[in-house]
Amino acid sequence: MIRLRAWCLTPSLLMLGGLFLIPLAIIFSYSVLSRGPYGGVEQPFTWENYARLADPLYLSILLRSVLYSAIATTVCLLMGFPLALFISRSGPRRNLYLSLVALPFWTSFLVRTYAWMFLLRDTGLINTTLQSLGLINEPLPLLYNPFAVMIGLVYGYLPFLILPIYASLERLDKSLLEAAADLGARPLTALMQVILPLSMPGIRAGSVLVFISCLGAYLTPDLLGGGKTIMIGNVVQNQFTAARDWPFGAALSLVLMLFVMLLLMPLLRRKEGGLL
Amino acid sequence: MKNSRWLSLYAVVAYAFLHLPLLVLAVFSFNSSRFTRWEGFSITWYQAAFADADLGEGTINSLIIAIAATVLATIIGTLCAYGLWKRSSLWISSTLYLSLVTPEIVMGIALLAFYQWIFRFLHLPLGMHTVILAHVMFCTAYVVTVVAARLRGFDASQEEAAMDLGATEWQAFLRVTLPQLIPGIASAALLVFTTSFDDFVITSLVAGVDSQTLPMVIYSMARKGFNPSVNAISTLIVTALGVLILISDRLEHKA
Repeated sequence: MIRLRAWCLTPSLLMLGGLFLIPLAIIFSYSVLSRGPYGGVEQPFTWENYARLADPLYLSILLRSVLYSAIATTVCLLMGFPLALFISRSGPRRNLYLSLVALPFWTSFLVRTYAWMFLLRDTGLINTTLQSLGLINEPLPLLYNPFAVMIGLVYGYLPFLILPIYASLERLDKSLLEAAADLGARPLTALMQVILPLSMPGIRAGSVLVFISCLGAYLTPDLLGGGKTIMIGNVVQNQFTAARDWPFGAALSLVLMLFVMLLLMPLLRRKEGGLL
Repeated sequence: MKNSRWLSLYAVVAYAFLHLPLLVLAVFSFNSSRFTRWEGFSITWYQAAFADADLGEGTINSLIIAIAATVLATIIGTLCAYGLWKRSSLWISSTLYLSLVTPEIVMGIALLAFYQWIFRFLHLPLGMHTVILAHVMFCTAYVVTVVAARLRGFDASQEEAAMDLGATEWQAFLRVTLPQLIPGIASAALLVFTTSFDDFVITSLVAGVDSQTLPMVIYSMARKGFNPSVNAISTLIVTALGVLILISDRLEHKA
């Protein structure tokens, strides 16, 4: 009995160890070493790289990333909850509506980000249309700013919120709503006092997923923010490429990883992450 | 409970937000003008995209990588899900879960640092092989998730019956359990193929000079300035991947 199971688990153990845990361990060891002259790392051991996170420049980028992620998560929540509610009340068409949410989500993230470049750039569809209607003379600066990054984040991760909230609403006992109505609750009261509290597991799980995805975003701020509105992910990438400061990049990415794990911890305990 | 008029109206707006950007992109990929003003139907940009050597090479590289990563990740992930179904392991599932939520940029630089470190001893360059291994890494957890969900509803007594009738453990797995998992495995494989084919962040960090993938080519074209060929190739990608996702969705809901 044990032999077959061991056989089955060996490839994944090798893979998780070799391509996930060892790389993470290397990143950790780099984060406490010094920067080499041509990239790479050198002795001696130091905590200096973590101390540099307190540098106002990096601190402001960290805070900005947290702020953008919080705003994007809030917008996703406000947009996603009503849609999840709509889907859960759509009877036999539920699966179709659900697929319509998941479909753009699973197709190319890069293309979806590029689509917003196409819409927002100076010669993009929105500006061209407004100009040809004579509403504006100069193109509006829609791309390469925090607003564009926010749209990209919301667009990119909205389904992460809709799907778990929908799952919560599906499990909701419909007789509770009838009871609320029988007791004289108006639809809005029932929404606030029955539906909302009972869909909290989905809201919580979805919000955390969106928030951590935004926090680790790289492509969205890179393409839509245009270098001026960078987030942690872009700094990490830069340290490993142009800036050639691997130890600092390693320290930053571990801090990012730590954030993600701390945020996920309560979900795992409640088994609401529910992925495995 | 029925949807109120306001909620339905909102849903229309929300679906428009989700789908219009891609639809608009698709429509304008057939625009005869180089500028973002509709001037008539044409397939010029598709011809231009097909004639582009970089896009062609990128597509071939992406296909090779995605197929190799799909085969490997599907096998490893299915075996893992089956092993965990026999007896769960908190360590393995937590590590898989962690790999699923690790930011792509972190996984990318960790793999880059790992490859650089190991290749100092082996004198190997970055290339297709490094991209394939990286993709197998981040795709396997998806396969485990999908196949494990399939196994959760599976009756263990079927295997016991097979073994009572003289099948070995392997035979019970291969001839009783595995065939019933095929739709779930196929669904996971399609999901992994699209994820691998589309990946940019990790790929761009661990790819070598000879292994530019399609998303990498598209990225550099998009950065360079407006090029309608990108609209054309983007439309093709979304359509192709969309079809795969729909098939995958069907397979998952079947049986």
